[in-house]
Amino acid sequence: MQRSSTTNKDRLVTLFLLVLTVSFLSPIFIVLMNSFKGKFFISDTPFVFPTDKTYVGLDNYVAGIAKIKFFNAFGMSLFITVCSVLVIVLFTSMTAWYIIRVKTKFTKTMYYVFVSSMIVPFQMVMFTMTKVANVLHLDNPVGLVFIYLGFGAGLSVFLFAGFVKSIPIEIEEAVMIDGCNPIQSFFKVVFPILKPVAITVAILNVMWVWNDYLLPLLIIGSDYKTIPLAIQYLKGGYGSIDMGAMMAMLVLAILPIVIFYLICQKYIIEGVVAGAVKG
Amino acid sequence: MEKSIKKYFAFFALPTIVAFTIAFLIPFVLGIYLSFTEFTTVNDASWVGLDNYTKAFSNQEFVNALWFTVKFTIVSVISINVLAFFLAMLLTKGRRGTNIFRTAFFMPNLIGGIVLGYIWQLILNGILYKYEVTLTYSAKYGFWGLVILMCWQMIGYMMIIYIAGIQNVPKDLIEAAKIDGSSSFGILRNVTIPLVMPAITICLFLTLSNSFKLFDQNLALTNGAPSKQTAMLALDIFNTFYGKTGYEGVGQAKAVMFFLLVAIIAIVQLVITRRKEIEN
Repeated sequence: MQRSSTTNKDRLVTLFLLVLTVSFLSPIFIVLMNSFKGKFFISDTPFVFPTDKTYVGLDNYVAGIAKIKFFNAFGMSLFITVCSVLVIVLFTSMTAWYIIRVKTKFTKTMYYVFVSSMIVPFQMVMFTMTKVANVLHLDNPVGLVFIYLGFGAGLSVFLFAGFVKSIPIEIEEAVMIDGCNPIQSFFKVVFPILKPVAITVAILNVMWVWNDYLLPLLIIGSDYKTIPLAIQYLKGGYGSIDMGAMMAMLVLAILPIVIFYLICQKYIIEGVVAGAVKG
Repeated sequence: MEKSIKKYFAFFALPTIVAFTIAFLIPFVLGIYLSFTEFTTVNDASWVGLDNYTKAFSNQEFVNALWFTVKFTIVSVISINVLAFFLAMLLTKGRRGTNIFRTAFFMPNLIGGIVLGYIWQLILNGILYKYEVTLTYSAKYGFWGLVILMCWQMIGYMMIIYIAGIQNVPKDLIEAAKIDGSSSFGILRNVTIPLVMPAITICLFLTLSNSFKLFDQNLALTNGAPSKQTAMLALDIFNTFYGKTGYEGVGQAKAVMFFLLVAIIAIVQLVITRRKEIEN
């Protein structure tokens, strides 16, 4: 008796979760559905399926891709994200190792400065950083990667440093006695041990850089567009929004993230939890 | 060993430190200095003392944005955390399909703020159309629209942190409480919540700072309409910098105050919830 009543309750909860999940994901499906409708049939009736009269096939996609040069934006987003994340993982792991292994007043101060920088909102340095980037001619995609390294250093150094502290120093000492210089011992011994944090750091930074809007807007926005800039341009650049093109481009903007998520789902969830717990 | 590593300072530490100095340290210090000056291009700064700060406070838009941000932060922090905790409780009972639910709820968190803003603009305008109004008709709609959007984005994220916390609660402790005759609400209050306090600290911190610093979603959903009434602090600062020339100093003063507010809120919250953790 007791048993069957709990399983009934269980079923009810599962049903509730199912309904909740479907409604939770429905906004994405509604956008997908509307991306196949003519642009004048979207704003007023977004919850209606396309009919013979309103269905336009891939017209919105063709129009949208042409308008915002979607594939250029996609390439730019991909270039900046991949480069920034590689650079951040490589350089901040080295820095974190150096800061923890070499104990001086300077490294201690640097550690605290990195950690406290995490709390500073972007608006605080927004204007001055843009000026500094202009003066130093960093206002191009490669310069932007360099700026991402600088602005992302706080969190990444902090996460790596927390892990380096837990690595027994004897391993490195043994390798160095065997004749390895610090560069060799870092890449042959330390970096492989750091792999789990490196994945966490990489995932947190991919999520940040890929979706970032303000930094690329201010640094390279007048010459290049990443996906978020292109989407915003679709709205800002024309008097009235072409809702059809907007829906199609939203779908294309979401698609790469969903694919990335479904492939690396396990790492992403674990990485986010690890990053949050240590942060 | 330390000595031999030290020789490689230029290789290991210098690149990050140079990038950090250029992208963060110099702009930060320069920002504080410039908030006391009047300037348009940084080179033409002239000292004006606290002028920018008094100007910022006599600016109705700033005061309005401050209130809007505070109200929004309170409402969204409470609703996100209550709902995320509730979902986490449901998903830690060893039910089938837990993983699929977890995957689905977390997904919106990966979508960028600009895209999120336009998705919800479509949905909310579609609903409001039936009542013959739009999202930008009144600040009320923009406010609740932002709360819904923020919940949608962050519930899954907070949920997985709570799940990790709840899974760490020893099963026998809950069993023991059950045998002692505690109600399920009693177990939640006296066993589960105290033990997941570290997760609560993290979630409160993340939701507080993300809500307070919200920008992209605000820009895409309402862009402050109607007449700047739904502009949050970050958007107001952006508009002050790039919207009107001659107000760069005021913008920088607002940015400094914004930074101080974020820092104070974060530190106070961490101290309070950490203390709770130790007590238990």
